[in-house]
Amino acid sequence: MSHTPHRLEVQNVSVGYGDKTVLHELTFNVPHGARVAVVGPNGAGKSTLFKALVGLLPLQAGKIFIHGLPLNAHKDCVAYIPQREEVDWRFPVTVRDVVMMGRYDRQGWFNRTSLEDKQIVEKSLEQMGIGSFSRNSISDLSGGQQQRVFLARALAQEPHILLMDEPFTGVDVVTQEATLKLLDDLREAEVTAMISTHDLNLAASKFDLMLLLNHRLIAFGEPAEVLKQENLVMAFGRQLMILPDGTAVVDDCCPPVD
Amino acid sequence: MNWLVQPFAYEFMQRGILASVIVGILCAVMGTYVVLRGMAFLGDALAHAILPGIAIAYLLNGSLLVGALIAAIFIALIIGLFSRQGTVKEDTAIGILFAAALSLGIALISSIKTYAVDLSHILFGNVLGVSITDLWLTAGLGLLILLTVVLLYKPFLVISFDPVLAATMRLPAELLRNLMLVLLALTVVVSLQTVGVGLAAAMLVTPAATAYLITRRLTSMMVISAVFGALSSIIGLYLSYYLNIVSGSAIVLTATLFFVLAFLFNSRQGVLRRKINT
Repeated sequence: MSHTPHRLEVQNVSVGYGDKTVLHELTFNVPHGARVAVVGPNGAGKSTLFKALVGLLPLQAGKIFIHGLPLNAHKDCVAYIPQREEVDWRFPVTVRDVVMMGRYDRQGWFNRTSLEDKQIVEKSLEQMGIGSFSRNSISDLSGGQQQRVFLARALAQEPHILLMDEPFTGVDVVTQEATLKLLDDLREAEVTAMISTHDLNLAASKFDLMLLLNHRLIAFGEPAEVLKQENLVMAFGRQLMILPDGTAVVDDCCPPVD
Repeated sequence: MNWLVQPFAYEFMQRGILASVIVGILCAVMGTYVVLRGMAFLGDALAHAILPGIAIAYLLNGSLLVGALIAAIFIALIIGLFSRQGTVKEDTAIGILFAAALSLGIALISSIKTYAVDLSHILFGNVLGVSITDLWLTAGLGLLILLTVVLLYKPFLVISFDPVLAATMRLPAELLRNLMLVLLALTVVVSLQTVGVGLAAAMLVTPAATAYLITRRLTSMMVISAVFGALSSIIGLYLSYYLNIVSGSAIVLTATLFFVLAFLFNSRQGVLRRKINT
């Protein structure tokens, strides 16, 4: 893949909150259209990385380039699906309203909704299997359905790069399937996708590349390379248990005791 | 039907009703954001914090509305500055400013001889004292506020519902938040005449909260809230006229009655409605 132009370049990036640095000197390149799993223990900086990539957190050092241009030159090509708790689900908007928000930037903040916008929203709703309750209030939805509303909105944004924070955590099977199906559709549309997950099996089986984080970059590459024992020990430390037959088990349910 | 028309025989009642309806609608529309963004305390604080501006205008024999206007915008921006710095928690900052401004306002007013009457008008409104100039100013400001809310519907919706999306779409969130504070301040100033600083917060919160119980879309919440706001103003003024009670209180109590009815009987989660159906 080295001959394809890199579409997302992260160079020596350090980022954090205030004076505190969460991620130190990150450098990696994601090729166009790749599907990357971002893994690491709790608090390793996965969400922080995503927030830096969409420009929610100012960089303390380093540079991020998308299609060869710095982050601020883009506004509509990165879509971010945050963890569900970040918005107020009792807000008086319908499912369709939320998905339509994904079009606001492209349609212009003072323009009316065009026929094209409506068609794209309709298509996104159908694709995520939530077309039948598009007129429902978002407060009526289950957790998985809420997630699919976010996914549909990200689709409506027509992004080049899609970032998803823990989309497989705490959702029903239908939503997991819908999310995986979406990833396949995105691959066809050549959308680069970065997804954080706790599920190492899923990461190894469904993704082209893995990014192993623990406050800094431990490993980046194809799953087989990344999932080596020494990498896992470095990332997970005492949460990692090596069985006699060489199988590594990550106990990720309890945060590490520092 | 004579009792319906009778109050309108007086010109000051006509002006009073017009001003009240404008204020009812304005407060109700801005109130949707106050309710959804959890700014009720802020609205109350803003209302009290403009007291010094009014007092100074009164002492200088200037227009109370202009004095309040300057004070309100000043206070709104200071609160925005305080909460952005993050050194003091926002509600603490508001609490300090609010109490200080209120004290300063009352101190200034207490230096006036007839202060008891004036203070009660400022605190609870004097709808019968609305002059032609006041009415024009109210209508002009009202139009300006409503126009801004309509024009900035999409950005305001996104920064209120999903600040993260707003940031990824590079919306100038801080500017929009400050603008919202200024609009809120203007609304409070306009409501001074009819319900006074003491009850402005109620007009901001109650009709919007009533609408929130009934609808599930922001646009209809604004419209329903505006209808309740306007109705409360009209019914409240009739009550005030016939029962001889203070207009501000009558308006707020009417609005509260609507809220209680919606709370008990709304089709979504009404308490009594559920009992009757089971």
